[in-house]
Amino acid sequence: MRIAVASGKGGTGKTTVAIALALSLPDAQLVDADAEEPNCHLFLSPTIYETVPVHMMVPEIDLEACTFCGKCAEFCRFNALAVIKEKVLVFPELCHGCGGCAYVCPEKAVRKRDRRLGEVEIGEARGHRFIQGRLKPGEPSAVRIVREEIARLDPEAHAVIDAPPGTACAVQETVGAADFCLLVTEPTPFGLHDLCMAMDLAAELDIPAAVIINRSSRRDSLIEDECNARGIPVLLKIPFDRRIAEAYSRGEPLTDAFPEYAGELRRVWDTVGKEVQA
Amino acid sequence: MKELLVISGKGGTGKTTVVGSFAALANSKVLTDADVDAPNLHLLLSPKQLEDRPYSGAELAIVDRDACTECGRCTEVCEFLAIRAGLVDPRRCEGCATCSIVCPENAITMQPQTTGRLYFSDTRFGLLVHARLLAGAEASGKLVTEVRQAARTAAEQRGLDLILTDGSPGIGCPVIASLSGVDAALVITEPTPSGLHDLDRILQLAAHFRVPTAVSVNKWDINPDVTRDIEHLAAGFGASTLTRLPFDEAVAEATAEAVPIVEWNEGEAAKAIRALWNDVASWGSLV
Repeated sequence: MRIAVASGKGGTGKTTVAIALALSLPDAQLVDADAEEPNCHLFLSPTIYETVPVHMMVPEIDLEACTFCGKCAEFCRFNALAVIKEKVLVFPELCHGCGGCAYVCPEKAVRKRDRRLGEVEIGEARGHRFIQGRLKPGEPSAVRIVREEIARLDPEAHAVIDAPPGTACAVQETVGAADFCLLVTEPTPFGLHDLCMAMDLAAELDIPAAVIINRSSRRDSLIEDECNARGIPVLLKIPFDRRIAEAYSRGEPLTDAFPEYAGELRRVWDTVGKEVQA
Repeated sequence: MKELLVISGKGGTGKTTVVGSFAALANSKVLTDADVDAPNLHLLLSPKQLEDRPYSGAELAIVDRDACTECGRCTEVCEFLAIRAGLVDPRRCEGCATCSIVCPENAITMQPQTTGRLYFSDTRFGLLVHARLLAGAEASGKLVTEVRQAARTAAEQRGLDLILTDGSPGIGCPVIASLSGVDAALVITEPTPSGLHDLDRILQLAAHFRVPTAVSVNKWDINPDVTRDIEHLAAGFGASTLTRLPFDEAVAEATAEAVPIVEWNEGEAAKAIRALWNDVASWGSLV
């Protein structure tokens, strides 16, 4: 079974839950799919034994062959090419790598060049297979990196996948690769608003979901009422507790600082497992 | 006119809490929420919507099934695995149109899609320009650019000299689109290993765009040692370190009631955010 841990809003405790869940299971892989800001490694000091570079193809113009007709720039939907007099400007950070410019060029003057977007690192952390993506600062999209991470999963083993915040393309890629989506939220108007966006995404992708309320307080009904209305179960509450925040700030996994959560998270895993099988 | 962007690297460090309070403290400004994937600023400002525009961020390939012979040429060229035997997966299609030019039957056309909405709202602190990208949609950076453009136009028309922008977490396309060309960026971070690590990456990005940057550590007293590490890292990038914000449970209370903390009480966090605003305003020559 593959579980994606997502949230909508950032900073609600996705990484805390994903790490604690993976460590509570004997044989689950942990995947950090927040390639913009990968953080799982900070709590686990993994040993990395393989680094896989992730590239995309961007155009490079053969100026000997180019007649500056401008067809490539006219075609490009992403404004990644401009032809000015006897010059072709390529803006690789705008390029989506579709390769269309090479097809429209009548002179076959568009070559493809590899552009490195970042890398996927594969290793081991406390006996668990560990995979993380890293987007190079300045690169706009982590989608290709997330795809590579998913492709590197051991298909035989369970997996816990820590998703990026938000509901954009990289989140879709992560949640879409899972059998189930655990949504970590907090009982604030921000948490609720973004949780709704994340629940909409899961529904649209047809991935079943459940909720964990982090920093649980007397205001939990804010989240619970919405979950009840949508028929989405709340499987766990983690209280608002300064000691938990302090343990996190020291880089300690939740289940190291508060071992009682290991049993709680195994219960969450089993509940989800039954739902996925049903 | 000046544009101040508030970002964080790591999510959930308190960007919106800070911007919501700055909204109450700053004069003569337009407010914008550039976190189009998970916009929250409006929740603190009880906005009254003035205008709502559909946003078309990308086109989608549409196949004429009668003309399609299922030759598979489109599938071969699609880099996004979005088209198969004449069937388009709208979630994967990036609207590049490559399939439409290789199709021997000319059976594929490109059609604009509504992928989000752009809003103009009135709040008790002035105009708010915000947006929402539909879940899983492409081109959040382009929508951010549109939000910023709309805010600049509105500020010019109204003769306002400050744009105050709540940014997105991360370092990807919406952040890049919100960072390029702003006058100043304030990074709100937290004293945790994640906060420190992500600060490093966001400061690299800000340096790449040559944006003057300052850092404020939220909940600094949770871990004073990491706070010092953060301020040391910031100094290494030439970023200014401004007033720290303390851990204060009143912030959670105020947020739950959807009220900016400076309007909620005169506690520790509220006082610190007022001091931070004065600090930012003089550091960035905003007023």
